[in-house]
Amino acid sequence: MSASLLSFEHAAFGYTRSKPIFTDLNYQLRRGTLTVILGPNGIGKTTLLYLALGWLQPSAGQVLLENRPLQDYSRAEIGRRVSLVPQTERQPYSYTVLEYVLFGRAPHLALFGAPGEKDEQAARQALARAGIPELAGAYVDQLSGGEGQLVLIARALAQEPRVLLLDEPSAHLDLGNKYRLMQTLSDLRKHGTTILMTTHDPEIALSISDETVLVDGSGSVTVGTPAQLLTAESLSRLYHLPEGALEIRPSHPGIVLRRL
Amino acid sequence: MNDDASLLKAQPERTQKSWVWAVLAAVLVLLLVLSVFLGRYPQAGVLRIDQLRDNLLAQRLVVNVRIPRLLTSLLLGMVLAASGTVFQMIFANPLVEPGFLGVSQGAAFGAALAIVFFSASAALVQGMAALFAFAGLGFSYLLARRIRVGSWLLRLILAGIAVSALFSAGLGIVKYLADPLRQLPEITFWMLGGLASITWTKFLAVLPACLLGLAVIFAFRWRLNLLALDETTAFSLGAAPRRERLVMMIAAVLATSAIISVAGMVGWIGLIIPHIARRLVGSDTRRNLPAAILLGGAFGVICDDLARMLMAGEIPLGILTSLLGAAIFIILMARGLGKGVRA
Repeated sequence: MSASLLSFEHAAFGYTRSKPIFTDLNYQLRRGTLTVILGPNGIGKTTLLYLALGWLQPSAGQVLLENRPLQDYSRAEIGRRVSLVPQTERQPYSYTVLEYVLFGRAPHLALFGAPGEKDEQAARQALARAGIPELAGAYVDQLSGGEGQLVLIARALAQEPRVLLLDEPSAHLDLGNKYRLMQTLSDLRKHGTTILMTTHDPEIALSISDETVLVDGSGSVTVGTPAQLLTAESLSRLYHLPEGALEIRPSHPGIVLRRL
Repeated sequence: MNDDASLLKAQPERTQKSWVWAVLAAVLVLLLVLSVFLGRYPQAGVLRIDQLRDNLLAQRLVVNVRIPRLLTSLLLGMVLAASGTVFQMIFANPLVEPGFLGVSQGAAFGAALAIVFFSASAALVQGMAALFAFAGLGFSYLLARRIRVGSWLLRLILAGIAVSALFSAGLGIVKYLADPLRQLPEITFWMLGGLASITWTKFLAVLPACLLGLAVIFAFRWRLNLLALDETTAFSLGAAPRRERLVMMIAAVLATSAIISVAGMVGWIGLIIPHIARRLVGSDTRRNLPAAILLGGAFGVICDDLARMLMAGEIPLGILTSLLGAAIFIILMARGLGKGVRA
């Protein structure tokens, strides 16, 4: 088994021909790591996740999942290997949390199938792993933002994926919920789940990532450990900040915006 | 993870409302049996057993008129409720109904066209209504692919509105050209809906399309949940949202166009019954679709019973379903749309 779970080989993609987002994307997601994709708004972080999911296909090059091109997999096969936690989600009807998490069993079921007892066990296990077993009977439209995010994570875990993709999971969370979310993700990684997530918050990258991917609009990405990449200079460049605006204190991991 | 085992066994949250099914099924069977004896022959009210035994005309009436009509009203309610559920899921919107993608207006236009220009044989009116109902869906779909703004669902809705408007303009022209004494009333009555002319032949003619549509929808009922989610999410769960939505739409419109071809325009069932089903058994379509089918069947039977019994003359069915449906809708709105729906 190779260490690389997902790999991008010379992948190119753009929503329009004139404005490519990636021209030569080369990156390998290593098994068992928690990797954070960092970059300014609108630069292509979510696009990278969608390429990893197979929702978007590269116009050149390829994306490999376990050394096989992503387009060679059926949708259900992808669904059993890769799962997505979207940033927000439309919930037009009021499901119970358990019903909602059971949707994650869809790739394991036949087209006309419906979840059975085994699937319910898997869903309850996913709820437990996401740290919210007590919410099974609650209604999804009555949850707080933090709980809602954990429900989406539980649904993704119910897919029993090899890699979990998360799109800005902390975007709408307050400090306490952000902390609990990061703790959950860190626990999942400890138990062997490979995680690839986007964020616009460098502090999250610094505090939990094994590896950091910088998307800077150059058409490619820079990959390294947080210590290598998250320097005041590189972050200032990434977010177009004036010189000296950022300070990174190695003794107390954290990024501080200078007081104005 | 020692707690897992106990966690997995404990299921206090799941509400097992099995009594709901028993009640729904019992009510429906009771209604059907009762409806066989309800009518205006030999007297208004209930047909007595001894009359049914002794009166040959009453026997013939029950077998050749009442039973096929009863079964059609049952099928009508079931089809419209199931199709309504499908549309409300696909469009992730509790306020759509099966006719809105150009289907209802298409059917009306087709029927009017047949009445005015093709001498209005009953079979032709039905055929044209079904054909144009389906054409409504087809045009809406093709037009949506050409529209360049908005999400896929928004494009479908816009296309549906445009196609409906075109058909309703066409209907206006046909009505304008119609003979005001002979053809215009016929168009009007067709559009009010009704089952007065139902025979075994008509019922059996539409039964296969209705059953096929219902069977596909029923088999697909759990997966229907996924189609109400965002496209990316549905994709990430292994679904092919566009293709699956199209298949479900075709199944729903196939059944709907078949039944409205014999029943005319019967509104509100497809809108209101899915709401009530969600209230009763929750949002999971694995449970609320069968509930909607049973409830829709009962609603169809009740409305048609009233249509043929309340007055000496027939009340058009479409008027009754709109009246009752709107009344229920207002009550539901006044009490808040309920936990099944996010307002």
